[in-house]
Amino acid sequence: MDQDIQNKPEKNPDQPEEVLKDQEKHKGNFWSKISIPLLAIVTGLLIGAILIAATSPAVYDAFGESFWSGIKTAFSEIFISYKALFTGSIGDPVRIFNAIASGEKQAIYEAINPFLESLVQATPYIFAGLAVALGFRAGLFNIGVEGQLFIGAACATFVGYAVKGLPWIIHMPLAFIAGGLGGALWGFIAGFLKAKTGAHEVINTIMLNWIAFRLTEWLLSGPMTRPGSGGMPISPIIEESAQIPQFFPSPVRFHLGFFIALAFAWLIWWILFKTKWGLNMRTVGTNPRAAKYAGLNVNTTTMIGMALSGALAGLAGSIQILAVNRSMALGLSSGYGFDSIALALIGNNHPLGVVLSSILFGTLRNGATRMMVVSKIPIDIVSVIQAIILMFVAAPAIIRALYRLRKPKQEETTVFVSGWGGGQ
Amino acid sequence: MTPILQLKGITKQFPGVLANDHIDLTLNKGEILALLGENGAGKTTLMNILYGLYQPDEGEILIEGKQLIVDSPTDAIKAGIGMVHQHFMLIPVFTVTENVMLGDETIKYGDFLDRQRAADRIIEISETYNLAVDPNDYIRDLPVGVQQRVEIIKLLFREAEILIFDEPTAVLTPQEADELFSIMRSLAEQGKSIIFITHKLREVLAIADRIMVIRRGAMVGETTPEEADKNSLAAMMVGRAVDLEVDKTDKEPGELILSIKDLVVADKFQNIVVDNVSLDVHAGEIVGVAGVQGNGQTEFVEAVTGLRKSAEGTITLLGEDVTKATPRQITEMGSAHVPEDRQIDGLVLPFPVAENLVLCTYYKEPFSKGVILQYKTILNHAEQLIEDFDIRTPSPLTPVSSLSGGNQQKVIIARELSRPIQLLVASQPTRGLDVGSIEYIHKRIVQKRDEGSAVLLISPELDEIMELSDRIVVMYRGKIIANLPNKGVTKEQVGLLMAGVTPEEALSEDQAKITEPAN
Repeated sequence: MDQDIQNKPEKNPDQPEEVLKDQEKHKGNFWSKISIPLLAIVTGLLIGAILIAATSPAVYDAFGESFWSGIKTAFSEIFISYKALFTGSIGDPVRIFNAIASGEKQAIYEAINPFLESLVQATPYIFAGLAVALGFRAGLFNIGVEGQLFIGAACATFVGYAVKGLPWIIHMPLAFIAGGLGGALWGFIAGFLKAKTGAHEVINTIMLNWIAFRLTEWLLSGPMTRPGSGGMPISPIIEESAQIPQFFPSPVRFHLGFFIALAFAWLIWWILFKTKWGLNMRTVGTNPRAAKYAGLNVNTTTMIGMALSGALAGLAGSIQILAVNRSMALGLSSGYGFDSIALALIGNNHPLGVVLSSILFGTLRNGATRMMVVSKIPIDIVSVIQAIILMFVAAPAIIRALYRLRKPKQEETTVFVSGWGGGQ
Repeated sequence: MTPILQLKGITKQFPGVLANDHIDLTLNKGEILALLGENGAGKTTLMNILYGLYQPDEGEILIEGKQLIVDSPTDAIKAGIGMVHQHFMLIPVFTVTENVMLGDETIKYGDFLDRQRAADRIIEISETYNLAVDPNDYIRDLPVGVQQRVEIIKLLFREAEILIFDEPTAVLTPQEADELFSIMRSLAEQGKSIIFITHKLREVLAIADRIMVIRRGAMVGETTPEEADKNSLAAMMVGRAVDLEVDKTDKEPGELILSIKDLVVADKFQNIVVDNVSLDVHAGEIVGVAGVQGNGQTEFVEAVTGLRKSAEGTITLLGEDVTKATPRQITEMGSAHVPEDRQIDGLVLPFPVAENLVLCTYYKEPFSKGVILQYKTILNHAEQLIEDFDIRTPSPLTPVSSLSGGNQQKVIIARELSRPIQLLVASQPTRGLDVGSIEYIHKRIVQKRDEGSAVLLISPELDEIMELSDRIVVMYRGKIIANLPNKGVTKEQVGLLMAGVTPEEALSEDQAKITEPAN
């Protein structure tokens, strides 16, 4: 009997070949992962160029004169706009060179400021993107990042101005963590409702968003209002001891928070892929039935996952208040919470991917502002170009169809559908 | 006479797989041709080409000597080719007539349905071919066997001359399968030609006129039931000699491991699906639960493994009451569970093989220290099990989703059997697997029993139950209607019990006596 089991069936002669093919496919993966976002950006810029030309009055005037002058103007408009996009987000090479040549510190800082500012823009995106990505990994579609961010910001602000007399080394982390806890609470409510009643987190978090918006509005115009603001919904300025330091003199806003964000991205990667907590969450997120079979408590894991996701969203609020705004107003977020869903998807719900897509987002946003100023393109068109690029990045199927790329071999991915369909 | 259907040199390449390699096939009028092969051998691909779902890379299809281009199922149907799918394509809330008409509506006064005329034709067809159905019944009220007849009528209604049956017996009781065979026989006698796809040797020998065997995309042999027997067919299918009989010595059952008393379980609609079941499983014994799918076995297993709350009754494992225990507590007491659906319950498909191999144990030493997973240990462990259980995978890091069904099942078997266990609950452990894997898994299960584990085996495959079990329990509509030692009972008798015939009628007097009182 035992003998029989030891006697393994002859090896399948096809096997080695299959194995080889498989390894080749794995090798090809890196290029296919990079090629799609790159092609997406290029395609987005091309379509954006057509839009720029098509919406510029100057181009129409030039076409009125002659066809060739129309074409020439169109190209020069496109060139000016994209040059502005580049210098606004990365920096003007000539200016950087001159600044370095002059050796003047402040000049150098200001010359590389566009790039640093892009990183400043990217920082809240990293946190918010991590929040959504972690949610997806745990099988949760956290659409409430925006609300959690507001609650987190409010908590961080409150600790930032109301607690006085603490040294920086205690006060700053305290305020920062307060934001995380606020967001965690907001996320936990949605997780709790899902685990205990089965109410879908998409609905819960959308509704909690509205509660969060109106709640902070009330807080800012009532209990947390700045004395003498005359009814404006704005909070007092936080204590200096609560501020996250900026590295360079004004107007450069680059701050420590960017590195904190990178540290958190690493931490989330470590939790997700190196610890049993992470494996718990990923198992529940990928296949709740197998998780239950494996002896996991799906409900508890859901609540923890939602709270952690909320905490990261809250930290996005914290960082923005403590490092950049220094006080809280209603215009705190320009849709970080919603953009972060796209970020997480582009980044394949992997922390490194989120960091990269956040920097891309921050760069685009930052450059777009400059493009608007320089080229007089209406802000709406700038947003449209941005959206087109992102749409291509976020929907690889379009790019694949456009350039006839083959779908890469299925790697470990989260089942997004379970976020929609209520995994269990 | 020109054969009704000829396939010549059909070749189909999928990325990385040659699914069909220059396959030639001939089907004569009025003949039942069995297409035998393991899962993944290319049977279904070939039939999908014939049915217009895929286009062949090479080769041609001839109907009565004339070349036919099949671009879609519509073309196939027009050419008189019909397919009975493994999963029925019927709408439960429609009547038989409505289902049959769907897509080929009988019409009067322009655009109105003529149900009466269609129903008359259905009755005519059912009388000609011995397919008893009532055209006015709703599909949802019909047993599976009758639903299948509706599928066949659908094809005949469209005047199909060539009928393809894709694994038609998977959902049937042995009796229903026999009925299906007599229907197929009468169809063939009336001049219809049939291709019967299966991997079950018994069925091929029972019904086919001619047998063609496919292995790894190529036609490897042709034979007839007169020339072949089970062993020779299995060898052709697998490419080596296969030991179909499981070596099993008699063994005295040991101490009581699992004891279930008066168990009542409800499904999610609060219907009682397990009704007052009592059952004991001893060390060193395989208790086989036979029954047609959907008679409460799923819920029964879930209750025993802690995945579902039981409404009443007690479950005792190794002397401890585990009625309210969690799955993890039950696992940690030394119980292993091979779940019914490996892809839904047993595996996290996108995860690598290595992680799936520690799915139930990763939280413990040595696989984690503190909260940190020890990937080195997990990988070593995986490599060891891949070797021991002959799991065919490019690497331990390959996502388990890219393994074949048999190897996925081996991952589960390896995970569950490599632990020290006292109880093994195996639910349909060989569902959808090829002969080679079935042989292997059966040996492993018997080996566990010989080592002294108690085994609770649940399977709708009667052959599996008969071969492995020391004791056979028949479950029908949530109740255990018979519990008898696997000695001197015939397959036919158990088949009758599975269909709900009482033990008094199904068994001889002596057998009925040794049957433990059914509850």
